[in-house]
Amino acid sequence: MLDEIIKPLRDPVRGRQMLAEIQARWHTLAARRGRPIVLMEFCGTHTVALARTGIRSLLLPEVELKSGPGCPVCVTDARDLDRAIALASVPGVTVATFGDLLRVPGSRGSLQEARAQGADVQVVASPLDALQLAIAHRERQVVFLAAGFETTAPATAVTVQAAARQGVENFFVYSLHKMTPPGLRAVLGDREIGIDGVILPGHVSLIVGRQAWDFVAEEHQLPGVVAGFEPVELLAALGLMALHWDEEPQILNAYERVVRERGNGAAQQALAESFVPVDAHWRGLGLLPGSGLALAERYRQWDAVVQFADCWRDLEPPKPIAGCRCGDVLRGVCTPLDCRLFGQGCSPATPVGPCMVSQEGTCAAYARFAVAK
Amino acid sequence: MKQEQVLLAHGDGGQLTHQLVQELFLRYFNFPALQALTDAALLPPPAGRLAVTTDSFVVQPLFFPGGDIGTLAVAGTVNDLAVSGAKPMYLTAGFILEEGLLLVDLERVVASMAETARDAGVAIVAGDTKVVERGRGDGLYINTAGIGVVLPDLDGEGASLDGSRIGEGDAVLISGTLGDHGLTIMAQRAGIAFDTPVQSDCAPLSSLIAALQENCLGQVKWMRDPTRGGVATTLKEIAEVTAKDIVIDEQALPVRDAVADGAAILGLDPLYLANEGKVLVIVAPEARDAALAALQAHPLGREAACIGHVSGGSGQVYLKTPLGGHRILNRLMGESLPRIC
Repeated sequence: MLDEIIKPLRDPVRGRQMLAEIQARWHTLAARRGRPIVLMEFCGTHTVALARTGIRSLLLPEVELKSGPGCPVCVTDARDLDRAIALASVPGVTVATFGDLLRVPGSRGSLQEARAQGADVQVVASPLDALQLAIAHRERQVVFLAAGFETTAPATAVTVQAAARQGVENFFVYSLHKMTPPGLRAVLGDREIGIDGVILPGHVSLIVGRQAWDFVAEEHQLPGVVAGFEPVELLAALGLMALHWDEEPQILNAYERVVRERGNGAAQQALAESFVPVDAHWRGLGLLPGSGLALAERYRQWDAVVQFADCWRDLEPPKPIAGCRCGDVLRGVCTPLDCRLFGQGCSPATPVGPCMVSQEGTCAAYARFAVAK
Repeated sequence: MKQEQVLLAHGDGGQLTHQLVQELFLRYFNFPALQALTDAALLPPPAGRLAVTTDSFVVQPLFFPGGDIGTLAVAGTVNDLAVSGAKPMYLTAGFILEEGLLLVDLERVVASMAETARDAGVAIVAGDTKVVERGRGDGLYINTAGIGVVLPDLDGEGASLDGSRIGEGDAVLISGTLGDHGLTIMAQRAGIAFDTPVQSDCAPLSSLIAALQENCLGQVKWMRDPTRGGVATTLKEIAEVTAKDIVIDEQALPVRDAVADGAAILGLDPLYLANEGKVLVIVAPEARDAALAALQAHPLGREAACIGHVSGGSGQVYLKTPLGGHRILNRLMGESLPRIC
């Protein structure tokens, strides 16, 4: 069944036809404007897909695609990682985390290094696995590092609800969850970037709905398009945006097989029950109002941020990583190629900054899918 | 077998060691020189130059769809000999057993080794067993060493397989689908099951490679089994050695749908996944069709394909994407895929 849906979306013949049409359309638009058109893909999965398929380089020079901060691991602030490492070093505490987060540098090393020094850090594939870990090890206090955008937050939301229902008292959540619309708002408010349109994240839109992005058109007068991830879907989104380029800015949906106008109600309800919006620190972007998700008051007992606050009371503020431009890359101010560490000591094998660690990080995508000049 | 588990005493050289050797190893490994239980196997002089290799196997889990650590331990060493242009002749096998390993599991592994050795036409001529305390090993580690005899046509002048004869226009062939072993192991570790089950391609390639060499005498310029690091890493290594570019066509790469989908879910790329029953071959352009036909005529090479060619350049590997873009392929970087073989 999946094959019947996916195969046509990877059809190379159709892809090349679409590419030719789209190149011609953008060529006309760029020529009229007298300069390249700059679009930002917010989402890390799009960054990888555009690099992997070669679309990013095939659209040059008419369209420049800039990468945004849509990689939850990358935007996790160094102070949160410092806290997680402090937490992992407390006797009796097990920190459960997604694998990607293991290698991300805080200002005093990474969770991986803490593990090598004896901290109990376990990799899990889902929040429910972390809950199972707590149930299997009642003698430990298991803290789940919950990183991710609206796509992963609902799973954490229902896991906390399950922990409460089952009365699991040794399970805690350190919420690093962030919401993408406030993140995008911060990027668009930055005068340094200068972008002409936005490619909006498909998976997040499945949860939040197309309408969650209307502010892009209304407040920033920029067009946007919700896009899928297969080659034909990416090209369709770029084509649709070009087709409507001369109209009033609006948010188009080129991922209708998945994304609805108002998103997924059940997931939104789970989020609303388990979390409340709070101000959150994003790496590179700073403190963004209302952009984080903290556990709601009724789940205070399971909230590691509240229950373990003593562990990081004496922690010094994080120090910046010397020479690393991840912050600028996340804001779209520069590309990885502009960073002097890129390829010179910072590589997927020896990452210096978070954007090189995560599979979805912009620097990792540039390194793994190097474009032939 | 009376005991159900491996005990430390199985490795002390005494009665239980004797029993394990007699009742298990010698039952499956029946080469005369081994049965004699001397300290070393005495073998007839070879008919040509020798190829010698060794490899250790620490795969987790020990058993996986398509094979087990025993299949891998024989096939891995046999394949290293075969891609060097040698006919694999003899293997040695060293076992490090963890106290508590189930004897039935050990027997399964030993039986797989015997069967794979039979398929590959090699004899297991010497062996050793040690036991370590519980918690000091992961059930079972195996080391195998292999000896082969270099096939006569490769002993001729200029017929080396080290890549020195590779030239512009040469064809790059793969004997079958990419990434089956690597994905199978990763999926097992992650506890993921797919609708269409994936299975390891782990197999000895000696007869496939012999068939290829017979049909393309002197025209095979280079062979390598793309294990850890996958096809991309192996090609990058040979591109650098020759200082020529290799251009691969993404659409020509044979990948099973289940492997492609599974890799996408796990964030992996089949080009970088390990293979344990595939060979990459570079042949002269005029030998391409004959080589491909020879591979495809063998049961282990039915899905063989020509995936690209060698061109002038500086040691880069380029991947031509279906949309017509070009990407540079580098060595496997950073992704940790430990304990796959």
